[in-house]
Amino acid sequence: MSAAAEERNARAPWALTAPALMLFVGVLLIPLAMTVMLSFHDWGQYKGIELVFILKNWHEIATDPYYAEMFWRTFRIAILTTLLTALLGAPEAYILNRMSGRWKSFFLLIILGPLLISVVARTLGWALLFGGNNGLVNKLLMSLGVIRSPIPFMFTETGMVVALAHVMMPFMVLSVWAALQRLNPQIENAAMSLGAGPVTIIRRIIMPQIMPGVLSGAIIVFSLSASAFATPAIIGGRRLKVAATLAYDEFLNTLNWPLGAAVATLLLVALVLIVVGSNALIERRYAEVFR
Amino acid sequence: MSRNGPLALIFHTIFVIVMVAPILVVCLVAFTPEGFLSLPTNGFSLRWFRAIANYPEFIHAFWVSLGLGALSSFVALLFAVPAALAIARYRFRGRDALAALFLSPLMIPHVVLGIAFLRFFTSAGLGGSFAALIIAHVIIVFPFALRLTLAAATGMDLSVEMAAVSLGANGWTLFRRVTLPLILPGVISGWALAFIQSFDDLTMTVFLAAPGTETLPVRMFLYIQDNIDPLVTSVSACVIAVTMTALILLDRFYGLDRVLGGKGDTGR
Repeated sequence: MSAAAEERNARAPWALTAPALMLFVGVLLIPLAMTVMLSFHDWGQYKGIELVFILKNWHEIATDPYYAEMFWRTFRIAILTTLLTALLGAPEAYILNRMSGRWKSFFLLIILGPLLISVVARTLGWALLFGGNNGLVNKLLMSLGVIRSPIPFMFTETGMVVALAHVMMPFMVLSVWAALQRLNPQIENAAMSLGAGPVTIIRRIIMPQIMPGVLSGAIIVFSLSASAFATPAIIGGRRLKVAATLAYDEFLNTLNWPLGAAVATLLLVALVLIVVGSNALIERRYAEVFR
Repeated sequence: MSRNGPLALIFHTIFVIVMVAPILVVCLVAFTPEGFLSLPTNGFSLRWFRAIANYPEFIHAFWVSLGLGALSSFVALLFAVPAALAIARYRFRGRDALAALFLSPLMIPHVVLGIAFLRFFTSAGLGGSFAALIIAHVIIVFPFALRLTLAAATGMDLSVEMAAVSLGANGWTLFRRVTLPLILPGVISGWALAFIQSFDDLTMTVFLAAPGTETLPVRMFLYIQDNIDPLVTSVSACVIAVTMTALILLDRFYGLDRVLGGKGDTGR
């Protein structure tokens, strides 16, 4: 290769990525930096946003228990949602994987399809199912004898977790599904031929191998649930706020942009730390499985 | 491989029913003949579908969403295709960092993006404009456009390109006549997935939309905030029908597991 061609080759990837890179610096990194800056500005009911450097918003978030409770609620809902999706999604992915070709792709479409259907429509469906105290879900649970008195779902954390788990379920199924694709069915057969029962096979053979899939699914579900907006807003109403709905209210109702920016910045930083931290933990633990 | 036992099939049946129930109930309630939310017990009626015609806001919002989705996905591809080719073919310093940056909109909460864009476009004097919506949507759909193009470009046979070059094709001809046709299935699927993401986005768009540039999910969300009646279920049913059609077409054309499973996924 001539020197000129080699130089052209070294420049080519940068020439090809330059437009996208400029776009991302100009309209993603700069706005994000501006948001962090905004959280240090001052705001008053009548004076609006003042371009000063002040720790007022951060101090308010750190000291007012209202924010601690709201962030704790956000993460509590996200953790419960993650547990629910893992507990139900992982077995379902396993069952799906054992189905024969045509049924497998049919049910995969049914279960993954909702991923692309409007969150507003799906949450509306839960609002309809929950109803008041005599919604369809309560009627069904009571006629089955599972519960004696109706469970309040609307405007409660229970309702938010159920609806969020439904919205996030495809991510978990997909993630475990991907892990199952890498699994060698011969190992299962080998265990069976050595006399292992179904419970032992699941506990000793399947579980350890799909754990990386469950954990990476859990990270995705957790971070999406902690920053979810539509479902908490519709099911939780105006009183039961999470980080995303609070930031929305501060921006579009109260108009206290600096405080809203601080809430958003804190959410972003907390999520990045949790996601990066647990990613590192998983990769260390399952280094040999990930290859 | 052993078959699923009866217990597994019972679990599976309940699971599928729960997954489908909220979507099904929206579609059923949409056909109610009553003036309030109820399952159609006294026969089906198209009353609430006809009622959509009397709400020009919903129809206008639908066209905004359609135009926004189509345009922002197309613009995203204009940026994503060259970037995907570079990432798929060259090993260069900073390649991983660039890929991570380009996929980062998947990781950043949309509420944070909404706030950042609202702040940015307001100070740029573009607050509430359609142009601002397009730029913001280009950013959030970019990862989807990039990923599917990347998957197609990674699997491509480079000797075809070399043959074209040896026959005298120059850069642009090479791209237009050889490279693009070969990666086209990935590019079109990338466009479709990007379109669906843009069409469905609420969390970010709700910060940017102003009267006149409200998208359908935003219009529906704001409507639900004030009142829930059969009208919003019939609108939802239409949205579900449109998405399902797109989904089935995408599955036939490219394979849903490939689209969602993200082969060539370098992000997660």
